[in-house]
This record gives sequence, structure tokens and C-alpha cells, in this order.
Amino acid sequence: MSKIIPIGPYHPLQEEPELFKLYCEGEIVKDIKWETGYNHRGIEKLSESKTFDQVFFLVERVCGICSTSHPFAFANCMEEIAGIEITNRTKYIRSVIGELERIHSHLLWLGLAGHFLGYNTVFMWVWKYREPVLDLFEMITGNRNSYAMFKIGGVRRDIPNDKIPAIQEVLRGLKKKLDMLVGAVMDDPVIHARTKGVGVLTREDVIDYAAVGPTARASGVDIDVRRDDPYAAYPLVSWKVITAKEGDVFAKVEVRLLEMYESVSIIEQCLEGLKKEKEGDIEIPVDEIPAGMGTGRAEAPRGEVFHFVMTDGSNFPVRHKIRAPSYVNIATFKKSCIGQTISDATISLAAVDPCYCCTERMAYAYDAATGKKLLNGSELVRLSQAKTDEIRKKMI
Amino acid sequence: MNERIMNAAPEILELQKHFGKEIYHVEVRSDKRAVLTVNPAKITEFAEVLFKKLKLRFIIASAMETDAGFEILYHFSIDASGQILNLRVVLDRENPVIESLTVIFEAANWIEREMHEILGIQFRNHPNPEKLISEGNWAEGVYPYRRTEEKAKANPKHET
Repeated sequence: MSKIIPIGPYHPLQEEPELFKLYCEGEIVKDIKWETGYNHRGIEKLSESKTFDQVFFLVERVCGICSTSHPFAFANCMEEIAGIEITNRTKYIRSVIGELERIHSHLLWLGLAGHFLGYNTVFMWVWKYREPVLDLFEMITGNRNSYAMFKIGGVRRDIPNDKIPAIQEVLRGLKKKLDMLVGAVMDDPVIHARTKGVGVLTREDVIDYAAVGPTARASGVDIDVRRDDPYAAYPLVSWKVITAKEGDVFAKVEVRLLEMYESVSIIEQCLEGLKKEKEGDIEIPVDEIPAGMGTGRAEAPRGEVFHFVMTDGSNFPVRHKIRAPSYVNIATFKKSCIGQTISDATISLAAVDPCYCCTERMAYAYDAATGKKLLNGSELVRLSQAKTDEIRKKMI
Repeated sequence: MNERIMNAAPEILELQKHFGKEIYHVEVRSDKRAVLTVNPAKITEFAEVLFKKLKLRFIIASAMETDAGFEILYHFSIDASGQILNLRVVLDRENPVIESLTVIFEAANWIEREMHEILGIQFRNHPNPEKLISEGNWAEGVYPYRRTEEKAKANPKHET
């Protein structure tokens, strides 16, 4: 019996409303069709009617989780057009914000991945450990999310030196929790059984689909914009790019877990750097944006964010193209999910971290022949969790 | 200029050797960014050399309507050196048609469909020319990013 299982348009796997139709024969996924545009906000077009200062607040709302990566890329882009070299203090502050965001985004993903596999304890604990990071954001920027920190030539708020010890304190606590999490994941035979060899994306597929971020790095494609096209404080501190070879879900978990250690280390070095720079030296005055074009990139938690802006000497962009990492990463589902069982499809889809949507609605599976309802979105998650339970029981 | 090109990217010299006159204009904007205006009829050959021979990563393509007609910028990343090579093609305003690159790399699949939807550029030989972002909820032949659409919006008489 051939059946179509829709995931979406509203589903907790997804940040935005979008619809995956899994064409299944029995338990096996045979094909995938993807539909989007349910919530097309026309941000690229909207940007053309905003001044450069306003565009920051607009692009911050492209993604709700990695809300600083788009302003980051846009700032890089505009500074390239205007030929501005930002101060060292600005560089350190920007990197601190960028890396804190990577930590909270990876933790969020780890919690969700745990939930899909039936590890609800992981889900609750990880989100608990994520809270102090969000509190840090509130302390530094005034907001838990959408920080409004970036502007052309600088940042809007300084991180005063007397706040540095509080940040270091949170990082120390976080490292202990990370050790515990890494131990729990790496030593758990059930997680190994559930994620190893599942949703494999080969190196060739990654190159063909031009996937980026942890999705690419977990398949042995060693790319990271922070190192390849250095910006902000990344060339000033020492860190390494984490890669894995296998390309399965486990490799993606591993890459994200280890990346968080690197992020902690980058932040610690940046904070040391901040102490050496003069307080309040956080902006370069910008009078005018010349006519021209520029491209800006930033490594978001999910991969490279790309902004292209064309200017004509006025206050507004003439054309603003935004490429979010999920745009190229989501397409790889075609390679990682086909041939998998339905119970593995959930975690394979979640493994590229397509964020999640705040609004969960019902989704049903229809029998392609009779139109009868078969499964809904939460039943899919239950199916995935049941498989983990089975494996666990067998092991005991 | 030649020295600057050399510093910018050896890939550009390689392309010049390969294609010669098919490259209309080379603009090196900085050590890390270059824009090559090329012959749109040869885009498949360019993409093949860039992707298969020089192993560049396709980032995305940006399409826009300018005074010259429809422009597409294909952004390629040279990850080893952090450079971005932009291939620029200018298409005819009345009949914007170009060969699809999806046959060379899958990464072009979605963005070509999107460019068709927002600007009405035709991609010849696209293996899956379905709508991407407006499946079933947008009028045929109305392209929201075209300037004529903006004018229609500004003048309510033309509103349909």
C-alpha cells in the first residue's frame, strides 16, 4: 500500500510552516516532496523600503533562534561596501554574541533531538541548561532573543568590563553540564543504535546540494566561514573547526556537541581580549554608504548565512538577497530520508536542525488510494520514540 | 589591473584562459570579491568549469531587474581562500531565458524555481520546473519583483 505522510505545514520540527510529503511504501520512505511559501514574508522586498539602519531589525526577524546571524552577515556586507574597518572591541563583542547564540541554538536542537528519540529527560535538562545563556543575553543586550546589538560600523551596546566575571561564571557552569551531556550521549548504546548509520548524507551529496554548517561538516566537508573568510574576532582567537566523516545523525550530534566547547573557548578568549581594549570604543561613525554592491557572510549555528546587497548611494538597498543555511540544508532531505523507515525519518529530518515552529497544528497521513487518515504528526514522534524503547528493551 | 586579478584569485585567470572573449568584463572589487560579466549563452560551460574542475561551492544566485534588463549573479565560494566569485549575466528584458544549472549541481534547483516565480526568468531544461514558494496560491504570469508590478501598485488605476 502506497501512502503519503505529510509533515507540516505546522509541525514542531520546523521553524516555519512548510510541508513535507513523504511517499511511503509500507514502512519505507520512497520519495519526498517539499512545499513552502505558507508564510512568505517578502523580507527581501520589504528590505528595499527600509533604511540601512532599519534593515538590521528586519533581518533579525528572519530567524527566531539564530536572530543575530543575519544582522551579522548584513553588517559584514555593508562594511564591505562602505570599506569600514571596525574596532577590536566591536569585533570581540560581536563574536561573544555570535558564539553565545551558537551555544543556545545547539542546546535547543539537542533537546529537541532527545525528544524525538524518546529521551524526554534530555529535552528538559538541556533546556534548563540553556536558560542561563538566555539570561546572559538579557544581561548583555537587554533581550533574551532578537538582541538588536548590531549596526553598521559597530554595536549598539558595550559589554562593560565589570560584567565580564558574571559571564565567565556562567561559562564555567555550562562546561560542567556539557561534560555531563557529552558523556551521556557518547556512552549510551541506545543512542548509538538509533542514530548511527541513520540518515546518512555522503560527502558527494553535500557538495552537490551545497549544504553548509554542521550538516556539511558531519559529512567530512571541512568548511566554516569563521575560518575561511574571517570576520569579527575569529582570526584573533584560536579555535578549531569540528568535523566528522560518517555523515549520519550521530556525526551531526557529535559535531554540534563538540562545537559548543569551541564556542565556550572562543568566548573566554574574547572576554580576555575585551579587558585589553578601551571601554566604550564600540563604533566607527558612518556618514554615507556609497553606490556599489557587496556580499557578507557569517557562520550561523546552522551554517553559512549569505547576504548580497546592491546600493545606489541612497539610504535604501536596491536589491537585498538573503540566503539562510536551511535553504540549502533542507534540500538534502531527499538524500538522507529516502530508503529510511518512517520511524527514522523524524530524526533524519530533525538532524539538519531546520529549527521548529512555535505553532503546532495537526498533520495527518492519508492512504493515497482511499483518502483515509492514518497517522498524524505527534503519532510520528511516538512511532520514533517507540522504536527507541524497543531497542532499549532488547539491550536490557 | 592584471596584478590585482592575480592576487584576487587564480581561478579568474583559469577562466580567462578557458573562455577568453566570453568574459565581457572583470571587476575586482577587493582581494576577496570579484564580479565577472559573462556571456549568458555559455553559462553551463562556465558553471561546469567552476563546479567540476575548480571545485568551487555554489552559494546562491541573486536575480534583479535593472536598467540593463534582468541580471543574475551566480555567487561561487572559493572556500580555500575565502573569496567569492560572482558570475554576472544580463538577460534580455523582453525574453529572459537562460540555461538551467540544476543538471550540473542540485543546489541550483530551488533558487532557479524561485527566480522564475519572483521575476519570470525562464530556465531552459530545468528538470523540475514546479513552483517553489507559491504553489497554488499565486496568479500565473504575475511576477512580484518586477518593476512593472511596483508601478501597478503605485498607481491604483492599474490594479488588477
